[in-house]
Amino acid sequence: MLSRTADHLYWLARYVERAENTARLMDVTTRMAMLPQTPALTEQNWGAVLSTTGLSLPYLKRHGGLHPAAVLHFMALDGDNPSSLLSVVRSARENAHAVRGALTAEMWESLNSTWLDLKAMGDEHLEGDLLPRFFDWVKSRALLFRGITEATLLRDEAWQFIELGRHVERADNTARLVDVKYHILLPSADEVGGAGDYYQWGALLKAVSAFENYRKVYRDALTPLRVAELLLLNADLPRSLHACLNAVQAAIHGLAPNGEAARQAGDLHAHLHFARIDLIFSDGLHEWLDDVLARLSTLHGQIGREFLLPAPQPEYA
Amino acid sequence: MAYDEMYFPNHTPRAHYAPYATWLAQEPPERLERKRAEADAVFHRLGITFAVYGDVEGGERLIPYDPLPRILPAADWQRLEAGLKQRIRALNAFLADIYGEQAIVKAGVIPPEQVFANSQYRPEMQGFLPPGGVYAHIAGIDIVRADEGRFYVLEDNLRVPSGVSYMLEDRRMSMRLFPELFSRYRVAPVEHYPDRLLDTLRSLAPEEVTQPTVVVLTPGQFNSAYFEHAYLSRQMGAELVEGRDLFVQDDQVFMRTTQGPRRVDVIYRRVDDDFLDPLVFRPDSALGVPGLFAAYQAGGVVLANAPGTGIADDKSIYPYVPDMIRFYLGENALLDNVPTWQCRRPDDLAYVLDHLPELVVKETHGSGGYGMLVGPTASRNEVEAFRERLIAHPDTYIAQPTLALSTCPVFVESGIAPRHIDLRPFVLSGKKEVQVVPGGLTRVALRAGSLVVNSSQGGGTKDTWVLESTSLESDIVEGDA
Repeated sequence: MLSRTADHLYWLARYVERAENTARLMDVTTRMAMLPQTPALTEQNWGAVLSTTGLSLPYLKRHGGLHPAAVLHFMALDGDNPSSLLSVVRSARENAHAVRGALTAEMWESLNSTWLDLKAMGDEHLEGDLLPRFFDWVKSRALLFRGITEATLLRDEAWQFIELGRHVERADNTARLVDVKYHILLPSADEVGGAGDYYQWGALLKAVSAFENYRKVYRDALTPLRVAELLLLNADLPRSLHACLNAVQAAIHGLAPNGEAARQAGDLHAHLHFARIDLIFSDGLHEWLDDVLARLSTLHGQIGREFLLPAPQPEYA
Repeated sequence: MAYDEMYFPNHTPRAHYAPYATWLAQEPPERLERKRAEADAVFHRLGITFAVYGDVEGGERLIPYDPLPRILPAADWQRLEAGLKQRIRALNAFLADIYGEQAIVKAGVIPPEQVFANSQYRPEMQGFLPPGGVYAHIAGIDIVRADEGRFYVLEDNLRVPSGVSYMLEDRRMSMRLFPELFSRYRVAPVEHYPDRLLDTLRSLAPEEVTQPTVVVLTPGQFNSAYFEHAYLSRQMGAELVEGRDLFVQDDQVFMRTTQGPRRVDVIYRRVDDDFLDPLVFRPDSALGVPGLFAAYQAGGVVLANAPGTGIADDKSIYPYVPDMIRFYLGENALLDNVPTWQCRRPDDLAYVLDHLPELVVKETHGSGGYGMLVGPTASRNEVEAFRERLIAHPDTYIAQPTLALSTCPVFVESGIAPRHIDLRPFVLSGKKEVQVVPGGLTRVALRAGSLVVNSSQGGGTKDTWVLESTSLESDIVEGDA
């Protein structure tokens, strides 16, 4: 496969995944805002939507304070924000357009019609009863695209690069989400949450579709330690860090099993596979996550060097 | 009164259209409207679009698909097919001759300045014979019908002709929207075009390469025909590459892949000559591949079409095509040229200047319907402005009578109305055989009375049905004039 094609596929998958994650996070934040909570917490939750995507500064520069409607617009339909849903879907579609030959007709058709529909939507979709529908729509379009990809794409390199992009993005998202939420909910490891925390932890789980799974796995009350364990270390939860690294490792193994990217992915995977949540907490969750994110970013760079960047130009006399 | 493809002047349907007319009479307009809206929606969703230069945000628009097919009887097609093959053989012979011994010039059939002073002549190609001696492997020949149904060649397109994806997608759309019609008519299939194209391209690779790698070279996703490049590459299972994906080493061409460099044997290039190789052609081009032309001349890679084909489809060479057919094949042309005045000739120019409001005047290097004057529909000011340009640069213009292009019923806002059409069949020339898929792209001038069918000028398309010879044999004679 052309390196350029691989690059487009990798980013296409990352952007589709990012759109879904952003929609999920905003969805639970909106629902949280309907619960009785301190204004400070509401503000922190909306702030978390921005900080998980690293957009606090550009947002504040534009809008000043944290107003829910402004954050919603900024993160959903603001074409000038490169991480808004609109921009992310546009980027996904542009990457797909550049490599149409590598996609199945159904994949392209689905993504293109998502883009056309989203482009036509106005702010009225971010209000009242249309808002939950809007998030559901984004999620279902992302899920549909994944389903179509799964059902129609040949399991060749194209598939591996899409898998790779999707899971690198997802791992990154889960790690950031846990980091930001624990910072809000559990400023120090000794803190014990109040009654309202049930909803807060519940919301975090719902943001990654893990609420019911938590019940299935633990059959017990929500505790911060277990929530973290589930989201970071449980290999059976599709959006956990561990599950993501399983998929990343498998994809790279299918591409170049003896390369440097394979070594780094295996190393990071082992790190998660043999981790214990109590040790992570006693050493400091934030530090641990920082380290994982840094290694993930190194791996992303290595993937680029090994597969996606064109070889250097030969010399011409 | 222009020749109508469907109806006799008394509005009874021609025999090959009779079953369709019966069907159409029972079809409520709302249903047709719904079908057309469905077609638009599907084309849009599939992204079968046409990128418009200089339009940043809108970027892409649909080429309207008209739900009423253009039907050609088998006998008409047989004549067209024979004429197209003959013409392409002669044009390829002309190219081999011009870049070879130049016999046709020496024999005085074509004046040397018409060839060698032409910017489309590529001195870089002089003395180089491509594999099999074929230059124009893929050609799109524009055919119009005028008078009492007589076919004329309006233009040869031998560089990077486009539109074949619309031929294929329009057929798919008709079969999706009107399956019942395909049981009433035996329509010759066109779906195998990509397969034939791939065969043609593979046949160009050196004999010793058993599994040649074919790629499609595109200028990129902002090119107006990008959809078609991607479409054909997918249909052929050939990699779609841009210049930056390729590099040349030791006169061989490689693409950069995730598994390292991979050798390329045949390039179906959809990039103009000028942009192929910055070391030989335009040095400022970022679309091409440095060293590509040298690799080509060393036999390390095959380019289809060959560089330099523009000299054969240039409008100033067009008037000589019937002479070429006689010169190279010893035959009379089966398809007529449109009578053409060459404005570089003083007598012709004088006639053209006297008759401007009746004529169509074209720039010899122009394409896409730009830079032309359609006398009868132009305003007096436009005619006068054109007259000045013509007097200033007569060499760069030809003129033709304004043909009453045939019409075909089209579904427009106000209902079903006749609009002017043309036809672009696609001719494939491999090392050995020349073939034409039965059909082509029928383009429609959607504005009433307009003669300009180009998609860049708001034209639409129609599915083109060539009937299998076994049915409706009796209906097809009246096209002969």
